[in-house]
Amino acid sequence: MSSSELTPPDHSSLQPVGRTGSLLLEMRNIRIEGFSDERWHKIIKGVNVILNRGEILGLIGESGAGKSTLGLAAMGFARPGCRITSGEIIFDGLDLGKATQSVKKHIWGTRIAYVAQSAAAAFNPAHRLMDQTVESTVREKIKGEAEARLDAVNLYRSLQLPQADTIGERYPHQVSGGQLQRVMTAMAISPRPDLIIFDEPTTALDVTTQVEVLASMREIVERFDTAAIYITHDLAVVAQMADRIKVLRYGEEVEEAETEEMLNAPKQSYTKSLWSVRALQKPVQKGDDILLDIKSVNAAYGKSRVLHDVSITVPRGSTVAVVGESGSGKSTTARVVTGLLPPEEGKIIFDGVGLPTKLSDRSKDQLQKIQMIYQMADTAMNPRQTVEEIIGRPLEFYLGLRGHVKEARVRELLEMIELDESFMDRLPAELSGGQKQRICIARALAAEPELIICDEVTSALDQIVQEGILRLLMDLQTRLGITYMFITHDIATVRAISDEIVVMYQGKVVEQGLKSEILNPPYPDYTQLLLSSVPEMDPNWLTDLLKERSIEPSEI
Amino acid sequence: MSMGTSKSTDTEVIYSAAGEVGAVRKRRTFVERNWIILKKAPLTAWFGMIVFCCYIVVAVFAPWLAPFGEAEVFNVPFAPWDETHVFGTDQIGRDILSRLIYGARNTMGIALLTTILSFFIGGVLGLVAAIDRRYLDQVLGRAMDVLMAIPSLIFALMLLSIFGSTVTSLILIIAVLDSTRVFRLTRSVAVGVVVMDYVEVARLRGEGLGWVMRREILPNIMPPLIAEFGLRFCFVFLTIAALSFLGLGIQPPTADWGSMVRENANLIQFAAYDIKASLTPLLPATTIALLTIAVNFIVDWFLHQTSGIKDE
Repeated sequence: MSSSELTPPDHSSLQPVGRTGSLLLEMRNIRIEGFSDERWHKIIKGVNVILNRGEILGLIGESGAGKSTLGLAAMGFARPGCRITSGEIIFDGLDLGKATQSVKKHIWGTRIAYVAQSAAAAFNPAHRLMDQTVESTVREKIKGEAEARLDAVNLYRSLQLPQADTIGERYPHQVSGGQLQRVMTAMAISPRPDLIIFDEPTTALDVTTQVEVLASMREIVERFDTAAIYITHDLAVVAQMADRIKVLRYGEEVEEAETEEMLNAPKQSYTKSLWSVRALQKPVQKGDDILLDIKSVNAAYGKSRVLHDVSITVPRGSTVAVVGESGSGKSTTARVVTGLLPPEEGKIIFDGVGLPTKLSDRSKDQLQKIQMIYQMADTAMNPRQTVEEIIGRPLEFYLGLRGHVKEARVRELLEMIELDESFMDRLPAELSGGQKQRICIARALAAEPELIICDEVTSALDQIVQEGILRLLMDLQTRLGITYMFITHDIATVRAISDEIVVMYQGKVVEQGLKSEILNPPYPDYTQLLLSSVPEMDPNWLTDLLKERSIEPSEI
Repeated sequence: MSMGTSKSTDTEVIYSAAGEVGAVRKRRTFVERNWIILKKAPLTAWFGMIVFCCYIVVAVFAPWLAPFGEAEVFNVPFAPWDETHVFGTDQIGRDILSRLIYGARNTMGIALLTTILSFFIGGVLGLVAAIDRRYLDQVLGRAMDVLMAIPSLIFALMLLSIFGSTVTSLILIIAVLDSTRVFRLTRSVAVGVVVMDYVEVARLRGEGLGWVMRREILPNIMPPLIAEFGLRFCFVFLTIAALSFLGLGIQPPTADWGSMVRENANLIQFAAYDIKASLTPLLPATTIALLTIAVNFIVDWFLHQTSGIKDE
C-alpha cells in the first residue's frame, strides 16, 4: 500500500510539498493553570516543545498528565476554565500566545487543525460530511468550493473510505465510528495545514478498526508532509506514528527521545514502568469443576438476533476471557447470564442448577452469587452516593450487616482494594478513573459472589492503571477463589489474566479453549486477524502488518 | 496529589492506587459549599431571594402585621388613602392593606400546597413511566396528552363549576392539571438516568422499584425538578389569581390578590379625580408581578448553577 498506488494521478494538489526540516512550532516554558474548587491549579508546569515541519511528535502520559491541555496550547487555545500563564508559543514566526482572537481564528482549522477523540461528538449531526469537510477551506478561500469538494473526494479515497464519491453526502450518524474518524482526518487535511493535532483519535475504536485508521492517518500525514502532534496514552500506538516521543507526567516532562531510542532504552524509571505494563502474565490453570455453563443460547433484541447458539463453560476459580470486536455479542452474553436479557432458547446452568432466565424470577441468593463490574466506572456508580454508601449497600442488602459491623466491613473491603478509609465519605466525582474502578470491584466483592462478570473493566483506563487493576483482580482470585468471566477486546489484557479464551465473532463462538491453545497457531481466520491487530511495541509493526495483509482494510 | 504512601502489593514505588492523581478535592461541609455558591450569586438572584423572604415573613406574620382583620368591614366603601386606611378601603369598606397582607398568606399558601401536590402526582407517575417503558409509559403518556390538549384555564373553570369553588377542590383540580407538565419533565429527565449503569446495578442486586426510584434516580434528577418547582409555583399562583379574578377561585371573604384586582378594578376610572385611589387595583397586581419576577430570578440563577456552565 505505497502512496503512489493511492494517489490519483490527475490531481497535482495531492502531490507532496517538499519543505521538511525547518522549525515550525516552538513552545517555550509553557505554564497553564486550571480553575477548579475555587482555586487555580497548575496543570502544565513549564514544558518546552519543538516541532519541525513534517515531523510527528508523540505526547504520551497517563490521564491528568496534561497531554490534551498542552496539545491545545500548541494552537494558542486554553479550554474554558484554563489560562496560559506564561511561556511563548511561536508558530511559524507568529506568537500565538500574544495573537488576537481574530488572528487565531484564521489560523485554526486552516494552518493548524485538530482531530478530536470522539469524532461522533465533534461533528455537527445536522450537516452533511462533505459540507463539514470543506467548510474552513472554502471559508478562508484557500480553494474554490468545487475544487475543495473534488479534493475532499480524493482524500476520502486515499483514506480508504468506502464509496468515496458519495460518502460525503451522508450525515455523521450514517457512517461508523472508524469511518467518521477518517472523515475528520480528511477535514483536518483539507486546507493543507502545517500542523495537525491528533488528540487520542483511535482510543474509542476497537483494535481492528484502529489499525485501519492509524494506517490511513499515517499515510496521509506523511504524504502531505504535515507536522503533527499525536496525543495518546497507548504506547504501542504512538510507536507506530511518531518520530519523537515526549513523556509527560503531572504536567512536567519526564523525557523526550527519538522513537526507536525511547522504545529500546528508556532512561527514566517512570518511562520504564510504562513500557513494562504488558509484561503481566498468568500461568494457565485448567479447571474441570464447571461453575457456569451457558448452553446453546440464542438471544435477540426485538427482532434482530444477536447471539447464535452460544455455548460457553466457565470452570470454578479460573478466568475465562471472552474476546471479539465491538458488536460481536460479548456484552450481550453477559446480559443473558445476569438475566437482563432472557434468551429465546438455551439454558444457563450455575453451580449445577438451572438459573431462571428472567431477572425478576431469580432469588436473592442467586443474584448475590453473580456480580458484575462495568466498563465505565463513572456511570456504574451513583454520583450522589458516597463510597461508603456504594460499598455498604450490598452488605446491608445481602448480608444484613448494619451500623458498626457494616462500617468495619467497608473499611476491610477498601483495604482489600488497596485504598484506605479516608475514601469513605468521598463522592465518585472526587476519585480518579482507577480508583473508581476499584470501588466498583469492592462493591462486587461486598456481595461475596462466586462469579464476577467483568465487562471491559480496564479499557477506559491508562496502561499503568490497567496493570494495577488487573494485578488486583488476579490477586483477589488467588485469595478468595473467585471465578471471572472477563469480557474484553484487548488481547494484551487477555494474555495477562486469562486461563481460557472464548473468541466471538458476529454473535457466534468461533473458538473456546485454554489460553495456550488459542494464542498459538494454527488460528481460525478471525482469531488471526484479531491477534494481528493488537499494536506491538515496535515502530515497524504497522508497516509490516500492512504488508502482510492482502485484504483491503475497508473490507474487514 | 500526595495521598500518603503506597499500600500496594505492587513492589514498584511508581504506582499506588491511593496516590493516583485524580481530582483530589477538599471536602467541605454543606454550609461552606452553599456559602461559596451564594457569594457568587448575581444581583438579580439576591434581589429575588430578598423579595421572596419578605413575602414569606409577611405571610407568616400576617395577623400581627395587618392593622385590621381580613374581613373587617368599615363604614366607608372606596375610602381614599389616608392615615387610618393606608391604601383606602374596597367596595364594601374593607382595609386594602390588611387584605393585601392576608392575601400573601392565602394565595401563597394555597399555591404552595397545590405545587407540592402536583409535584407528588406528576413526579411519581413520571418516574414510574420512565422505569417501565412499555405499556404503563404509553398509557400514562397518552392520558397526560389528553389532559394537556384541553386549555387548562378553561378546563379548570369547567371542573370548578362542576365541583364547586371550595379551597380543597381548587387545590386538587389545579394540582392534577399541573401535574401533567411535571410528569413530562420528570419522565424526560428520568429516562436519561434510568439507562445509567448504576440503575442496572441496583436492579441486578434485586432492589425494589421504590428503592430504585427514591435512592438511585430521584437524587440525580433533583436540580431540574427544583427549578421547575419554582416556575410551577409561579404558574399555579397566576392560575389561582386568574381564577379568582374570574370569580371561581378563592371565595370571599377570604382575601386574595386576584379577586382584589377584580373587585377594585373600577377604581381605575377615577384617575382624573384621585390619582391615588386609581392606583389601588394596581397594588395587588404589582404584588403578584413582583413575586413572580423574584421567583424567576432565583430559578434562573439556580438553573445556571446546576447547568455547570463555566464563565470565562
